[in-house]
Amino acid sequence: MLPKKIKIDVRKFHFKGSSIVVGIPYLWLLVFFLCPCLILLKISFANSALQVPPYSAIFKWLDDNIAQLTFNVANYRLLFTDELYVRTFLTSTVIAAGSALACLLIGYPMAYAIVRSGRKTRMIMLMLVVLPFWTSFLMRVYAWVMLLAPTGVINNILLYLGVIDHPLKLMGNYCAVIIGIVYTYLPFMVLPVYSSLEKIDKSIIEAAQDLGCAPTKVFFSVVAPLSMRGVATGIFLVFMPAIGEYVMPEILGDPSTVTIGRIVWNEFFTNLSWPVASALSVIMIIFVAIPVTLWHSGRQSRLNKRAGQV
Amino acid sequence: MAAKSRHLNKIEPWHDPEERPYVYIENLTKDYDGSIAVDEVTLSVYRGELFSLLGRSGCGKSTLLRMLAGFEIPSSGRIYIDGIDMSGIPPHRRPVSMVFQSYALFPHMNVEQNVAFGLKQEKLPKSQINERVNDVLELVQMLDFKKRKPHQLSGGQRQRIALARSLVKRPKLLLLDEPLAALDKKLREKTQLELVNIQEEVGITFIMVSHDQEEAMTMASRIGIMADGRIIQVGTPTEIYEYPNSKYVSNFVGTINMFEGVVMEEEENYAVVRSSVLDEINIMVEHSTSAAIGAHVSIAIRPEKVVISKRPPKDRNYNCVKGIVQDIVYLGDVSIYHVELANGRIVYSTATNLFRIAERPIQWDDEVYLYWLPENSILLTA
Repeated sequence: MLPKKIKIDVRKFHFKGSSIVVGIPYLWLLVFFLCPCLILLKISFANSALQVPPYSAIFKWLDDNIAQLTFNVANYRLLFTDELYVRTFLTSTVIAAGSALACLLIGYPMAYAIVRSGRKTRMIMLMLVVLPFWTSFLMRVYAWVMLLAPTGVINNILLYLGVIDHPLKLMGNYCAVIIGIVYTYLPFMVLPVYSSLEKIDKSIIEAAQDLGCAPTKVFFSVVAPLSMRGVATGIFLVFMPAIGEYVMPEILGDPSTVTIGRIVWNEFFTNLSWPVASALSVIMIIFVAIPVTLWHSGRQSRLNKRAGQV
Repeated sequence: MAAKSRHLNKIEPWHDPEERPYVYIENLTKDYDGSIAVDEVTLSVYRGELFSLLGRSGCGKSTLLRMLAGFEIPSSGRIYIDGIDMSGIPPHRRPVSMVFQSYALFPHMNVEQNVAFGLKQEKLPKSQINERVNDVLELVQMLDFKKRKPHQLSGGQRQRIALARSLVKRPKLLLLDEPLAALDKKLREKTQLELVNIQEEVGITFIMVSHDQEEAMTMASRIGIMADGRIIQVGTPTEIYEYPNSKYVSNFVGTINMFEGVVMEEEENYAVVRSSVLDEINIMVEHSTSAAIGAHVSIAIRPEKVVISKRPPKDRNYNCVKGIVQDIVYLGDVSIYHVELANGRIVYSTATNLFRIAERPIQWDDEVYLYWLPENSILLTA
């Protein structure tokens, strides 16, 4: 048995054109995603130090024969014990979840309207959804500052109309941050929902009507379940960047809206505490990656189960 | 004799003047911004019929079906089902169910849920839903596949589920849009007969759209031939095949030999037509359509009714022409002989292969006589 086990399949070492094509994305992910992540992980176990780069090495030769590997878990302990960080995580989660929900509530009807419209208007509407991407991201965020500021457009109009007698505080709260995120990330919700709605065979909807289902009920019993994949993709695409968002809370929020993005910035650039910032990032990656992986593997196992039944 | 005719009226209700049509379509027109898909169609379908709308793609048959289901709103005209005017009634309130060409099964539901969907909309008690779902799945022999999802079924199985999902609602009218088009030939032939058996068992009126004339001939009680948005002939498969009312129908259903000619004589039972393509000989035709002397008409004769022989017929009643065998198309059970007349016109004759091919009495380049009885040919004016 043993020789059989160590026998190497030579075919594996033949390089084919297809393996190169498939290999490029893997190589890309390895160099630009996995390596940085490992470096991040390494830094998160180091000590802050006054040197360049500003952290201690975790691997050291004590003498010729003994190597020392030091894992400093103080950074992680800090994150779980200091109330500031816990609160920050909660704030970010609330903002990201709120943004994803708001995107869904606005984006789903938009996508639905686009799918239901005629061929020509459909193209125009899709263009309009993507159009804001053509202007600078910062410009769009500052546009919201112009609208929401105490002396901004909205307050001025309301003051002029006499609806209010002193400016409302529209900025510097969760709501403003969510508005900014929703405005920026809405296409990430609209496009996947649109593509999942577009794939639904029109005759399936007609069949539901034909079987006695009223139009509103057709939506909830047929259209909505069949577009769930697009909704899930949209939620992830909005939630994931939103949870680490730095610019929006910085510009549209106030010092009280402390999010993970801002605190990472602070640790890196103000406190020069790379290890704490790294630990924060690692926790965030885990925080985001776990639900995604669970959802994905759940879907995979459902698919496998389906395949198994055939 | 009276009893027999009453019985005939029961299976052929369209012959009974007192029978009320179950589905009555009156002057129905569908106009898509100037292009007319369905043009002034009037049609009666009787209870328990399996009516087939037959026509080439784009002839308006699917539009007509979709108007019956309520998916398209007629530009003018009315539809009555069981005496009730359907105008303004949305699809989900019509006593009609449709089997889609793509089957349109709900991909996120299993077979049982798909079939129960329509009954759930009626808010029936669960026990009753289960009972009816089981009954109908047994009828289409799919009881063992209850928990499968549509993508785990073969084309034929999906077709059965689509049928079951519609039948379980016990609609007054079942519409089938090319129900067998997605199946392969062998399965299609098997399913045709199954579908007819199921229809007879449940007694629901079926209206089926098809572009396959063989399918329509096999299944339908009556066929409506459609072209350019109009129904040009309605009749039983036999009537459509043996007595087509126009060149279009005779060409569309089966193959036919067609000769242009001029009416020379008109007698009580037959007309004499002189046709330049048939060597200027006089051809006798049994005629049901009236044609004046001197009128330009067409004589049509089905290839299987043309006898091919090396000897001329003894009986003087036969119409007879002479020609040379150009081609023999061997189809196993029958052969189609392409016979060229002296003037170059090709006449087709189908003969059963009574002998093995090597012993076939008629071969290429043989001089043959083609003859047929007057009552087997058709006089067409349109």
